[in-house]
Amino acid sequence: MDVRSQVSMVFHLDKCIGCHTCSIACKNIWTDRKGAEYMWWNNVETKPGTGYPGKWENQDIYKGGWEKDGDSIALKGAGKKKGLLNIFHNPNMPMIDDYYEPFTYKYLDLIESPASDDQPTARPVSLITGKPIDIKMGPNWDDDLSGTPDYARNDPNLEGLTPAEQDAMFQLEKMAFFYLPRICNHCLNPACVAACPSGAIYKRGEDGVVLINQDVCRAWRMCVTACPYKKSYYNWNNGKSEKCILCYPRIEAGFAPACMHSCVGRIRYLGVILYDADQIESAASADESELVDKQLDMLLDPYDPEVIKAAKANGVSDSTINAAQGSPTYKFVKKWGLALPLHAEYRTLPMLFYVPPLLPVMASVTEVSKDQNDNLNPIAKQWTDSWLYDTSTEELWGTIDQARLPLKYMANMFGAGDESKIKGQLQKLMAVRIYRRWKTVGDISEEKVNEVLKDTNLTAELADEIYNLTSLAKFDDRFNVPPAHREQAIEMLEFAGDEKGSTGFGIKEKVQRGL
Amino acid sequence: MEPVSAFVNLYNNFFFIALPYIAVIVFLVGTIYRYRSTSFGFSSLSSQFLEGKKLFWGSIPFHIGILVVFLGHLTAFLLPKETLLWNSEPIRLIALEVTGFIFGLSVLFGLVSLFIRRISNARLRVVTSKMDIIVELLLIAVVILGCWIALGYRWGSSWFAADLSPYLWSIVKLSPQIDAVSAMPVVIKLHIILAFIIMLLFPFTRLVHFLVAPLHYIVRPYQKVVWNWDRKAIRDPNTPWSPTPPKNN
Repeated sequence: MDVRSQVSMVFHLDKCIGCHTCSIACKNIWTDRKGAEYMWWNNVETKPGTGYPGKWENQDIYKGGWEKDGDSIALKGAGKKKGLLNIFHNPNMPMIDDYYEPFTYKYLDLIESPASDDQPTARPVSLITGKPIDIKMGPNWDDDLSGTPDYARNDPNLEGLTPAEQDAMFQLEKMAFFYLPRICNHCLNPACVAACPSGAIYKRGEDGVVLINQDVCRAWRMCVTACPYKKSYYNWNNGKSEKCILCYPRIEAGFAPACMHSCVGRIRYLGVILYDADQIESAASADESELVDKQLDMLLDPYDPEVIKAAKANGVSDSTINAAQGSPTYKFVKKWGLALPLHAEYRTLPMLFYVPPLLPVMASVTEVSKDQNDNLNPIAKQWTDSWLYDTSTEELWGTIDQARLPLKYMANMFGAGDESKIKGQLQKLMAVRIYRRWKTVGDISEEKVNEVLKDTNLTAELADEIYNLTSLAKFDDRFNVPPAHREQAIEMLEFAGDEKGSTGFGIKEKVQRGL
Repeated sequence: MEPVSAFVNLYNNFFFIALPYIAVIVFLVGTIYRYRSTSFGFSSLSSQFLEGKKLFWGSIPFHIGILVVFLGHLTAFLLPKETLLWNSEPIRLIALEVTGFIFGLSVLFGLVSLFIRRISNARLRVVTSKMDIIVELLLIAVVILGCWIALGYRWGSSWFAADLSPYLWSIVKLSPQIDAVSAMPVVIKLHIILAFIIMLLFPFTRLVHFLVAPLHYIVRPYQKVVWNWDRKAIRDPNTPWSPTPPKNN
């Protein structure tokens, strides 16, 4: 057992309101400078939708991540052979137009235009060339556009859904969408690290943050191809790759990452998880049906004396072990089994987890006849014209199977395509909701509640725990990362008086494009 | 034999004795200094992200061609006897020359495509420095001369190995013998001079990415984990009191 620690994040998608505050906080701190305008280390996508860069989940286009190669795995679009052969021209590299051409507006024209019969306008200009452009794509361009033919219906996660199912999804009465905030997943088997010919990308042993050493990066740009989440970006101005750094200077100093700190919906949880690095290889090369389970099996119980002993022998500090024991992410992922990795089928073993959204799947609209009106539950069911809007929580399994967003769709994102993986999570979320409804509204019988809790392997205490951390958690409950190990962080020893507009942290020379 | 005029002598001494030494010294000192002081600036500065389709028709023929042509020059320089032995058979000589010429044309085609691409695309002009243009034009000039020489002064691989390799070796051995090179036609002389000028400018251009070609990628393991401290020793009760903590970096 090779115990290592990893700072991991959980996103509770039911709580995300899609306000993009996290993206703006990140942008303001890290990527508001030349060459990085188009980068969104943190972005929030509307699902169903094509996302950023467009259709990033379609690895037939982008060739990201790992694929099974016999008993082992190989990088899909990079690696030693493909990477070196394609070094002069990388056929699998996304281009600026796959993201968007960064732009601003000529605001000054509004003020300085001479008097005329027409209203002055602020024309959009490219932030690359400075010339006027027609904006064709932008950050969160498909925001809230579920149901649109160009975006939602091109969502790569619709794969495996019949045309009838897809049409049902996008009926006006049934339409639903949710938000997916994304940052670098700080994977255990990072494809970007493996793809970097220079060896500039590495994973920090102490906390698992994946970083790019920009002094070593030589712009071979294979990481951009290899990352299946498209979270490694190429700075076109200074010729270096950049990516989310999990705000490590803030974490080291005891602050939450900017995206988490600014989160309005408080959807994010950050904590330490101990894992067994010996299992990385077997977990990453498991059969598709076992991928999610094997990855979760790698995560170790921080209370297990054996684990603690092995962790100490491996140099994990006491404060890190303590933090792992109080980790909110461990609870969501392992103790309650509510959170799942995003796209485990890319085999990078992502260490950010998502609690799949229940809200859009809960209510349903059905056509009923008028004589049923009298039998309706006045709280859970509303009837207008011939349509029944049903938020009833009594039929636990029924409503989930008839979800507005088909289980198959959710499974393609969070269950490596396996519906049974995602169903248990949604059932548990539903069970907690039924339990709370019984406690607060009281229109559900106690027998029903007990039955539901039993079915989902929950107890009243566990349900209360989940409810508390989901709904009432204070900042310290959501953020539990050991106090700054400044003595262990080489970056902190360097001058960190960085400022907005510079490239990353710890670069002491003037950051300018090479000759 | 007519006495060589003083001017021609001076010219030959400067271009074939002084210039090579200046070029080599600037190349060595410049690249090492630049690498050690600002390795952030060492980058291929790829522009594929802004324009990828035309790049294919420029970058691939240029890079493949220049690798072959460069290796050809290097072989004739390092192994002149073996090169002459190879060329002793006419078929092998012609095969070598034709191969070299084709790859030379490939370099030329690539360079011209790259040049047109760079000046015709508004996005690319933003990431083009003056030095990029100078290097591009120098390379085009040297390659045109090279192709001209290959066609007009046969057979280059043989006389390079026989006459120019000894000259280059005499430079290396610090006892320059420029008789052979002084007698070369002006086209060949120009080719050599331009090559030394490119070498001279090398540390101040994007060409430095050639020196950091990622060959070590072939042998390194795919994953890379970095610990700031030696994790096997950091929790040893003795280490807090030792004057040198078990550091990795």
